[in-house]
Amino acid sequence: MPEQGSAAVSKRQINLSGASGGFAAEVSRRAKTSVGLCWHCLVCAAACPFLAPMGYPPVGVLRLVQLGQEKAVLESASIWGCVGCHSCSDACPNSIDVAAIMDVLREMAMERGVKNPAGDILSFHQEVVSSIAKYGRTHKLSIMMKYKLGNRDFFSDAAMGTKMLLKGKLDLFPSRVSDTAALKRLFEAENGKEDSCKGKP
Amino acid sequence: MQGQTIKTLSFFPGCSLASAHTEHGSSLRALSRYLNIELAELVDWNCCGSSSAHSINRRLADRLAGRNLSLAPPGRPLLVACPNCYLRLKEAQKKLAGDSSARENYERDWCRPFDYELKIVHLFEILEDLLKRNLGSDKKHKLQGLKFAPYYGCMQNRPPALYAERKFTGILEGVLSNLGANPISWSGSRTCCGTFLSVTRPDAVTKIVNNMMDEARQVNADCIVTACAMCHLNLEIRATVKNPMPVLYISELISLAFGQKHHGPWFARHIVDPRPMLNSHGLL
Repeated sequence: MPEQGSAAVSKRQINLSGASGGFAAEVSRRAKTSVGLCWHCLVCAAACPFLAPMGYPPVGVLRLVQLGQEKAVLESASIWGCVGCHSCSDACPNSIDVAAIMDVLREMAMERGVKNPAGDILSFHQEVVSSIAKYGRTHKLSIMMKYKLGNRDFFSDAAMGTKMLLKGKLDLFPSRVSDTAALKRLFEAENGKEDSCKGKP
Repeated sequence: MQGQTIKTLSFFPGCSLASAHTEHGSSLRALSRYLNIELAELVDWNCCGSSSAHSINRRLADRLAGRNLSLAPPGRPLLVACPNCYLRLKEAQKKLAGDSSARENYERDWCRPFDYELKIVHLFEILEDLLKRNLGSDKKHKLQGLKFAPYYGCMQNRPPALYAERKFTGILEGVLSNLGANPISWSGSRTCCGTFLSVTRPDAVTKIVNNMMDEARQVNADCIVTACAMCHLNLEIRATVKNPMPVLYISELISLAFGQKHHGPWFARHIVDPRPMLNSHGLL
């Protein structure tokens, strides 16, 4: 193998080890999978049901990561349009955990506070998580109301929402977890301490 | 059933079954009674951590799943009704089993030792049991003539860490054929329903759902059959075709075949009313 940046690398070759720098390695490490294994067979692109909202197909995201295109990939809609259905990884001949890579890329995008072209998707997820913080479970009606208000979208789906309410598909009152201390602990940055278990079964 | 012993399973309903999709939960309970299974709801369960939590906060998602595991009483299998919740809990269990520091955190958080033996049971394993015991073979006439499009969505997909897990291919077809219905082969069977994109990118989901509805219509199915509450909702609310196809839960159809009379509000709660279709097959 020629060294990174060495003159021995022919102009026709793309030196991935050099191009990817630390980015691909970091993504692989955090996602516990290997981005480098992708040989671009496009099976994932064929399997993905949501290419339209994604923009780049899974293989495109992997390629960008391999090439160290950090900004392009972290600011892409692809990482937010992925629903994690595993259609791609289920088909991948190299068993790359693509959904885990998408999880990590979203995490990195949030950590770095980069531009998000799908901010509404993030705010939807945030509403769901705040419902979980409050009740321990998801309460669809309040999530939908807050999401719609947040996006100043008052009318789309109003008819559908009414229909769902009438059919009992949107409960007015949330079902909730009663152990509020446990609920709080779920969201704490630190794990519990051993002595907090004393006297408990 | 004739005087068999009753087996008790812990039961994780998940947010969907507990609220918006009570018809699924209640038909599942009816179905369990036919199988002599008693469902003991996991006390004080929380969200499994799938979808949104998992999308933006993996640590939280793992802890949500972990707390649920910690609530399961030992020595009793845990039945998970929702295929997505199943994957989340199974993945969390595998992570904890293979990572001592994650296990230490878990034990400190929930003050319970990690249970390596906890068996997490997929809804499809219950259906398999039904097939193995050949229950319902005397009811072949019940669903006779009903043509259904089996819909698995993403539920047979596995992340690499769970490749070895079973996929239950053909289980919907097997169980309903045994009760006299005819499975129809169609291309929509394994297309993901879009989960949260139904809210955030409804047009993309409508496109996919309409394709599925058209396809199911073309192959002359009477209905689409699913085991997932999320799929059910997305198929129903995002179809804009003229004659959307009714979408039924597998548990509803089996319960009907077994002669369940107390279906009360199950079918009235569907957004695409399945009653005319069920009536035309003499099922109501």
